[in-house]
Amino acid sequence: MSDTAVMSTSTTASVDAPDNLRFYVPGDHHVENGTLLGFWFYLMSDCLIFACLFAIYGVLGRSYAAGPSGADLFDLKLVAINTSLLLFSSITYGFAMLEMQKRKTGRTLLWLAITGLLGLGFLGLELYEFAHLIHEGAVPQRSAFLSAFFVLVGTHGLHVFFGCIWLVVLMVQVGRTGLIAENRRRLMCLSMFWHFLDVVWIGVFTFVYLMGVLK
Amino acid sequence: MSATTSATAPLDNKAPRGIHAQPDDVDHSHGHGHGHGHDHLDDDHEGASHSTLKGYVTGFILAVILTAIPFWLVMGNVLDNPRTTAIVILGFAAVQIVVHMIYFLHMNTRSESGWSLLALIFTLVLVVITLAGSLWVMYHLNTNMMPGMMDHGMHTPAS
Repeated sequence: MSDTAVMSTSTTASVDAPDNLRFYVPGDHHVENGTLLGFWFYLMSDCLIFACLFAIYGVLGRSYAAGPSGADLFDLKLVAINTSLLLFSSITYGFAMLEMQKRKTGRTLLWLAITGLLGLGFLGLELYEFAHLIHEGAVPQRSAFLSAFFVLVGTHGLHVFFGCIWLVVLMVQVGRTGLIAENRRRLMCLSMFWHFLDVVWIGVFTFVYLMGVLK
Repeated sequence: MSATTSATAPLDNKAPRGIHAQPDDVDHSHGHGHGHGHDHLDDDHEGASHSTLKGYVTGFILAVILTAIPFWLVMGNVLDNPRTTAIVILGFAAVQIVVHMIYFLHMNTRSESGWSLLALIFTLVLVVITLAGSLWVMYHLNTNMMPGMMDHGMHTPAS
């Protein structure tokens, strides 16, 4: 607090000072892409949330309380389809970014729409899986394993859900104002978010599904 | 030290722009600011992120291969020992995460003058501490505490 107070008083003082006495360097462009770096910091803190959830699952993932285990419940074919949907949505988002670089609004929107549909497909399959588990009695309160499973996979699904909402909002914004600098910056942030979710999913399908089915 | 300098640097740069904008007429400051930001976003974008079709396709093909092999190993019961399978698929996951970082998230030592890589390394240290620490402590809690308590409980009523 005291630092900012000092900062603000010194900057107000510098308004009255002649240009050559001001302490800042006008030619320094560090701050221009500050949004992307700041968003990267957000992603890293989000990564810590997932690390905690993975740690919970790692500790409690074998505490079945005489209930069903991962080998009984998981349908790996469904998980493989889900994984490929998310992987395809990553590359289609990449194509959208390439079209954005060429300033082609229509094709950018087309690839974004395909990405959104793949994301929704992923969410639909995940909800189907959850409904199936709950229908079989494998509810979150059944065992510590299922609690940890639903929290970890559910948090990832929630991220994908909000990513889809963000995607739709950005498509509306791009449709209204075109690929202006602000919209390009927003699309780059969502690009990082989307690819980050795919990275988290690598951990989920390996650590939860594939290793849960083993032995 | 580095945290304070990085925190003050944007303030130093941001302050004059805001102050300039106030006394000057709105049109001038707006036009100036917009043109400025526009140019730089272009420069940074083309310079820092290196989005190319080749990069995305390379990353995608590698990711598909690195995803397909673990699924094949587990679904086809290729290796007899589940422990070996677990170690192998964890290795594939680690490699795939690096592939995604490089080809999709465009991580390199130069982007944001190294700050994003530094943040990533710091996060990785915390992630490793969180995961390894939790698993290690809780594993020992399970294996060491439970039999000890059981023995204690069994002996007291018997004697």
